[in-house]
Amino acid sequence: MNSVPLFSGLQYSDATYLLAGAGHTLWLALWAIVLGTLLGFLMGWLRSVSRIGNAIIVVLVDVSRSIPLLIQLIVANAALAAFRYPLSPFACSAVVLTVYMASFCSEIYKGGFEAVPTNLQKAARSLGLSYLQAFASVSAPIMLRRTFASWIGIVLGVLKDTSLAAVIGYIELLRTSQIIVTRTQEPLLVLLIVGVFYFLLCYPIARLGAKVEKGLRQ
Amino acid sequence: MNYHFQWAPVWKALPDLWPGLMMTIELTLLSFALGAVIAFLLAWGKSSANKTAMALCVSWIEIARNTPCLFQIYMAYFGLGAAGINVDSFYAVLGAITFNTAGYLAEVIRGGIEGIDPRQQRAGAALGMDRWQTFSRIILPQLVPLILPGAGNQLIWSLLNTSLGMVVGLQELTGATYTAQSLTFRSFEFFIVTAVAYYALAKIVTLTLHAIARLYSGRGRAQA
Repeated sequence: MNSVPLFSGLQYSDATYLLAGAGHTLWLALWAIVLGTLLGFLMGWLRSVSRIGNAIIVVLVDVSRSIPLLIQLIVANAALAAFRYPLSPFACSAVVLTVYMASFCSEIYKGGFEAVPTNLQKAARSLGLSYLQAFASVSAPIMLRRTFASWIGIVLGVLKDTSLAAVIGYIELLRTSQIIVTRTQEPLLVLLIVGVFYFLLCYPIARLGAKVEKGLRQ
Repeated sequence: MNYHFQWAPVWKALPDLWPGLMMTIELTLLSFALGAVIAFLLAWGKSSANKTAMALCVSWIEIARNTPCLFQIYMAYFGLGAAGINVDSFYAVLGAITFNTAGYLAEVIRGGIEGIDPRQQRAGAALGMDRWQTFSRIILPQLVPLILPGAGNQLIWSLLNTSLGMVVGLQELTGATYTAQSLTFRSFEFFIVTAVAYYALAKIVTLTLHAIARLYSGRGRAQA
């Protein structure tokens, strides 16, 4: 009887498969970062102007910082299934990561808005700018510049946390590598490639953040 | 919206989740304590004149901070296994989270040390103290309140990261919950209970830290 090999070695197609996994990671991260930042900006503004808004959002922030993201993903996935409104693994992870990112962003943006000197805002208004104009051309730019380094920190966290989406079935980079490992039984090499990818993705962003932070301090 | 919650299976399985909770607490405290010791060495090594030591410490810190913790756990479990070093999932997770915590804490410590006037080190040397004496008597007492908020955050991150143990089959709180729910398919109820447990643990950590911080600021006022 011919024996069929149980495991087969690494092939060239695995490289494209890994690249596709990397693409999925980036795609999920992009959605979560863009939507999370926008939502976090709104939430941060609301928290800085309204006490009631702050009291409500603070609960969300507290919960999303005190419960492991892994559990948040599983609970959200189970809730959607239980209420007969299942989303694809991608959509579910994107929603959870967006809320996660937004709650962290709202924290820094709230502080950022409150750190813009009131006199500066009054000066802008007395020059004839409307609230919206003063907000868009004075408060928001100052706030965004000051919070940029912290924002980079959050982005890095979310980039790395996309790896947890695998648990609810999204085939991103780390899950892709696990699939290849299962077939080839070469965990060390495949994992090293994946690690290098994450590192090359995150390290330059981290450096940029450190540089900006240093520049702001001087 | 006609889901019927059934909590009975969860209450029945609670005794099975208890050892998981204990393991989570054990992993959190152990990884944080070990990570803190290593973090001091890393922070010290990063500013060392010895090029090899510096490169080693810098790579540790950067790899720990720039790759996902889940990747680090896979590396410790599957990667080391492939290299012929077979580690039990408990030690793999403990090792990976310690590695991660040490990297982050080292930066917290470095930030704290930068907040202390460097002239104090020279003043210590001028008084005839060696490096260790200056560190333990002059720098460390000032460092603790400076790094307390960052270290506290990191302790919570260690707690949250232990949940990744589930992925390599470890029966900590999340893993134990996963096993329990797979017997009843009441995953929603089970994970809500676990989420509440993590929330409570995180709150205990936060409140404890607040108490310590108050203790410190109280003492500072008494001295002033």
